[in-house]
Amino acid sequence: MSALTGTGRLLRLAVRRDRIVVPCWLAAVAGLGAGTVGGVASLYATAEERATAAAFTAASVPSRAFSGPASGTEPGAIALVEAFLVLAILVALMSIQAVVRHTRRDEEAGRAELLGSAVVGRQARLAAALLLAAGASLGAGVAFALVLLAGGLATTGSVAAGAALAGVGLVFAAVAAVTAQVFASGRAATAGAAAVLGVAFRLRAVGDAGGEVAASGVELTSAWPSWLSPLGWGQQVRAFHQDRWAVLALFPALTLLLAALAAWLGTRRDVGAGLVPDRPGPAVAGRLLRRHAGLAWRLHRSTLVGWSVGMAVVAAAFGAIGDEAGEFAAATEELQRALGQLADGGAMTELFLAFTMSFLAVAAAGFTVQTLLRMRIEEADGRLEPLLAAAVARTGWLGGHLAIAAVGTVVLLGATGSAGAVAFGAVTGDWSTAGGVLRAALVQIPAVLALGGVVVLAFGVAPRQASAIGWAALAASLVVGQLGALFELPQAVLNLSPFTHVPAVPAEAFRWEPTVWLLGAALVQTAVGAVAFRRRDLAIAA
Amino acid sequence: MTPAIHARGLVKTFGTTRALDGVDLTVATGEVHGFLGPNGAGKSTTIRVLLGLLRRDGGEVTLLGGDPWRDAVALHRRLAYVPGDVHLWPNLSGGEAIDLLGDLRGGIDRRRRDALIERFALDPTKRCRTYSKGNRQKVALVAAFASDVEMYVLDEPTSGLDPLMEAVFQDVVAEATADGSTVLLSSHILAEAERLCDRVSIIRDGRIVESGTLADLRHLTRTNVHVTTRDPLGTLAGLPGVHDLVAADPTDASFEVDTDHLGAVLRHLTDRDVVTLTCTPPTLEELFLRHYGDAPDDGGRDAEARPATAAGATGAGGAADAGGAA
Repeated sequence: MSALTGTGRLLRLAVRRDRIVVPCWLAAVAGLGAGTVGGVASLYATAEERATAAAFTAASVPSRAFSGPASGTEPGAIALVEAFLVLAILVALMSIQAVVRHTRRDEEAGRAELLGSAVVGRQARLAAALLLAAGASLGAGVAFALVLLAGGLATTGSVAAGAALAGVGLVFAAVAAVTAQVFASGRAATAGAAAVLGVAFRLRAVGDAGGEVAASGVELTSAWPSWLSPLGWGQQVRAFHQDRWAVLALFPALTLLLAALAAWLGTRRDVGAGLVPDRPGPAVAGRLLRRHAGLAWRLHRSTLVGWSVGMAVVAAAFGAIGDEAGEFAAATEELQRALGQLADGGAMTELFLAFTMSFLAVAAAGFTVQTLLRMRIEEADGRLEPLLAAAVARTGWLGGHLAIAAVGTVVLLGATGSAGAVAFGAVTGDWSTAGGVLRAALVQIPAVLALGGVVVLAFGVAPRQASAIGWAALAASLVVGQLGALFELPQAVLNLSPFTHVPAVPAEAFRWEPTVWLLGAALVQTAVGAVAFRRRDLAIAA
Repeated sequence: MTPAIHARGLVKTFGTTRALDGVDLTVATGEVHGFLGPNGAGKSTTIRVLLGLLRRDGGEVTLLGGDPWRDAVALHRRLAYVPGDVHLWPNLSGGEAIDLLGDLRGGIDRRRRDALIERFALDPTKRCRTYSKGNRQKVALVAAFASDVEMYVLDEPTSGLDPLMEAVFQDVVAEATADGSTVLLSSHILAEAERLCDRVSIIRDGRIVESGTLADLRHLTRTNVHVTTRDPLGTLAGLPGVHDLVAADPTDASFEVDTDHLGAVLRHLTDRDVVTLTCTPPTLEELFLRHYGDAPDDGGRDAEARPATAAGATGAGGAADAGGAA
């Protein structure tokens, strides 16, 4: 019996299990890719506009750090600067989750043990997980290439860009295969691989920020740290510009190396155990943990800290480029018109800041949705049952989680706004507009809470569908906010997103009316959800 | 004195499935009441209704004198629950989970907590994710029995425990009842109920089919015997109380004996120079198979399709009446 016996059968099982989730990821990649490519095509229609855009991205240090190196004035190259990094991170996350789901999570749930007792080779589960993730990455690459071709871009560049995207997915599948051997829990394995992704992002951010602008002024030569990052390799392929095929060879090389490492580590440990042993915990509970609200805080705190740090970093980046971006937008007619829809007659920089904070608020709502849906996970996994069988009232338990979600949302947007404001103020010295950045973040709070209300309502009324409803509501808000104006959706559709109603502070004055309406919507939905939760059966997955 | 649990005609439906179809259950204060039934019969559903986790669709129920749905929180201060499948927070230690569950119930006796951890041989510093099923069960048991409550609701509490720990569990239950506590103990193992319970109720397909003291239910308990001897066994089939005889050769036989006739049969065997003798109590599944003519989980059609044993079972299945008469 070889170490790979049964891989084919396990791969078919994995495909069967992921038949919904992987196509959803691919659709998201294709949709976001199509949106960005279409947007770039309409924003930079003329050669002069593309030259301005390329010159800006080549010159602006924050833009280099957060988008990547400018690679000339070809429409495809400009689209890639806008789209590639976000899509590559998405595909990497898809790969990480797929591999961890079919390796470490299976071990946690005890499924791996059952499979291991069958006629299955020692490396078959790992091989099947990697093959699945490789297939999904390849699918994402093909989808992206097709999107680029459909946008009328050059064939060679489209294929190179798709291959680069697939390559990033491949490498991070192998990274997750390694972290799944090292850590004993699926959460830690995912977090470990995501941390590697974060390091990869930072390496190329440093490399690109420290790069040199070529004589043409529209191209950036990255410094060496970019070459240490798989995300950087994807951009160094320079699709639509130089189409450096040789760079693509780095992806399979590193993938094979990491896969071999994972396979070797797998033989050095027992099923279910990690290489990093669990530290022993306290034998008695601390004072905080003796109340159910304390338990809720324990469940949510790392999520809140992680989100706050991540959002603050991104907000600081946007704050730092705020002024430059405003000037750039003022020079681009299409961009000026798009931002002008937010508020009549606002200054370009202020409009850009308002737009940025609105976008970041939708992202921050991801924290709120995730935190509120944790209630459903606790219920479905059977951990709510023993709590409610103790002297814990349903409303009290719900209230603890709601309070953390609401206060956490305020803290998160406060951190986002503060980081953006400090960065903007430090770069420009204009501290009064910087105060506007903070206000732009805080004014979004009622909209995020209104979206949270949808989740609470769903949790109370339709618990089994709550997760799908919650994430769909967030995705819809994102689509409406980002692409609504671009696709010229009717106002009635735009109005469905709570974020549409938020005044574009600091470009226009704060208004009480929408704030009160949004808070009212949040309260009413929460109240109905809470009453429904009190009256319904516990819906335990079994 | 009002009974600790009193349910009449309890109905609970999930969609088109009628999980509880008129359950009548009475548990007197201070007794250990066995709640028996095969998997899927409605034991956990009944318990969840009693705990106010599910809302009943029909019937009446009082628990410790209150309404389990309306008065849930007040009642839960007075009882402790151990679920059949214990799920814990993966990154909490076992000790933290015990304290949390105990304190949420309204307080925990620290000395008793530490003593129970010792007796159940549990390491409270390990993370819950690393615990086996049996150890998770122990966490819930320690949290329950370290609380000072009037009633314990235990849903298959020994699944996953080894025999040594089962013995500890039985001691702990005995101590709790000596203090006057009431215990509702669900199980699908008849022998466990026989050791612990004053009275038992048997649920099947959402209805209580038998209820009474173990002496009342003696007609349900037969012992499975497998014996090998040096001398030929002779005509076992003719002995009173012997059923379902399978004789592989003249010195080797398997059969079932009514408990009342076990002594006479053993006297017959000892004269034949016994080499090996194993006696095992019947499982609840065997009991149902014999007593109601079908296996509860797969309905009548499957039982007919089953070759030899089903034939024997259906033959003895007239026993539904015979048993009732005994």
